[in-house]
Amino acid sequence: MTDTAVVAERNLIRIRRAPDLLTAFTIQPVMFLLLFVYVFGGAISTPGYDYKDFLLPGIMVQNIAFGGFVTALGLNEDLNKGLIDRFRSLPMARPAVLAGRTLSDVFTNCLSIAVLLTTGVIIGFSFHASTLEIVAGLGLLILFGYAFSWVFAWLGMIVSSPESANSLGFIAVFPLTFISSAFVPVESMPEALRWFAKINPFTIEVDAMRALWVGAPAHNSVWGAVVWSLVILAIFAPLAVRRYRRAAGR
Amino acid sequence: MSEPAILTSGLTKSFGDVRALDGVDLEVPQGTVLGLLGPNGAGKTTAVRVLTTLLKPDSGTASVAGLDVVRQAAELRQRIGLAGQYAAVDELLTGQENLTMVGRLYGMPRAAARRRAVELLGQFDLVEAAERPAKTYSGGMRRRLDLAAALVAQPPVLFLDEPTTGLDPRSRLSLWETIERLVSGGTTVLLTTQYLDEADRLADEIAVIDRGRVIAEGKPDELKNRVGGERLEVVLSDASMTDRAIAALDPLCQEGPPEADGRLLQLTVRPRGGLIVDAVRRLDEADVDVDDITLRRPTLDDVFLSLTGHVAEEHEDHENEVRAA
Repeated sequence: MTDTAVVAERNLIRIRRAPDLLTAFTIQPVMFLLLFVYVFGGAISTPGYDYKDFLLPGIMVQNIAFGGFVTALGLNEDLNKGLIDRFRSLPMARPAVLAGRTLSDVFTNCLSIAVLLTTGVIIGFSFHASTLEIVAGLGLLILFGYAFSWVFAWLGMIVSSPESANSLGFIAVFPLTFISSAFVPVESMPEALRWFAKINPFTIEVDAMRALWVGAPAHNSVWGAVVWSLVILAIFAPLAVRRYRRAAGR
Repeated sequence: MSEPAILTSGLTKSFGDVRALDGVDLEVPQGTVLGLLGPNGAGKTTAVRVLTTLLKPDSGTASVAGLDVVRQAAELRQRIGLAGQYAAVDELLTGQENLTMVGRLYGMPRAAARRRAVELLGQFDLVEAAERPAKTYSGGMRRRLDLAAALVAQPPVLFLDEPTTGLDPRSRLSLWETIERLVSGGTTVLLTTQYLDEADRLADEIAVIDRGRVIAEGKPDELKNRVGGERLEVVLSDASMTDRAIAALDPLCQEGPPEADGRLLQLTVRPRGGLIVDAVRRLDEADVDVDDITLRRPTLDDVFLSLTGHVAEEHEDHENEVRAA
């Protein structure tokens, strides 16, 4: 546990010293939010909801999934610079480097949640939810983001450079977030995409957020979202740890 | 005699078809330096990675500080330090933060880790840079910080993988002095290097490794003697004296008669004291005038090249250059 905290502390210092990565995860989603609300929003019909209320949970889920990018890039850099070799030669707990990384993602994710939520409220998002539901929604987001941090931890260690982590991450995750209920109602998509969108974990997560925050019908998706997060975690955390143990360095 | 600090037997490790280690046996007594010498891809780094628990060997055994590198890897990590080819420090963290982090990962309480960091920064002449991020450091400073990080827990066995590659001569010299200080304090060091002068200066024993095998082992002087003794080079004042000079010097030759090339005479001799004086007296008695006389010890370059077999061309080229000059 101490080892994990030491590594997390290191990563938070890094973010303070090189905040440019962080702006990508705070300013970019705000830009997305404003673009969708004011540029596309008028053309997207979301029966029963104001588009702002419909969109904010979607954007927040998309953004939290990408929060793990800091981990992918950071681990890849550590690997290429020999820091992983150093860590692995130290008498520290084996998963601590990864656990510390993903833990510091939780901090940065909380920061980006705060920025997005504040912007959302300023432009007119309103909760239709109890305090408990709001808190549950935040918990769901953080859990989902944490699960994706492990996906990115694994990704960061299988690719050869930060650039390929970047492109592979975007190619893998970006379409997933768009072919979901995050930006438009799934019903408006063609048959094949709709089928995919409905089983997409992003749809399940976004629907769960809407159920908690704006009173949309839940379709059991709140539990579904928790299960999905745990499944992702259960698959990718061991994959990432195994990869770390064998990490060749350079 | 206490048990060796590093002992390996029949160590092998393959990556796909490549046998990076092909049966390596090493023995390093406590408090000594073993220089692992070899070209790129010879298996030096793989050997270090196995001995520092980063890689599991395919077969064979290895123990460091009396602990098995596979079965007792966790305990072993408490007792070794590793400084790599690439200075493995966090560039965004300051020198102080880097060392404190490593100390805490060795299990020290925060205050103790800080104290140790301050101590090391002093020892490695990094006090002024302590509060600056490591990315502002020069190559030599980074290397010193990396070495300091390897020493946080005062490990009895230290692994240095090409510690001075890419450093300027002054930083190299200061790093050598640091390593010598550590060894005089009782630390055992395994050092890999491509630089023969580095091995010559620092190592008590040298193991020459090529294609995953140790092809020669011994003290630097033993290896040099194995390649052939010293060479005496005599420049005569006049080429017409060659025959007389050859006759005068022939008794000193260890193998073959002296080779003559214009005014230059070369002979391989058995190293001993007073050799030059003896040679000069013989030449004087034979009434030969000499412009210059030098005794050349073979360098580790000669050793390495002759052992790995890529000698001939390079050596001849080198000599041609010398003569042309």
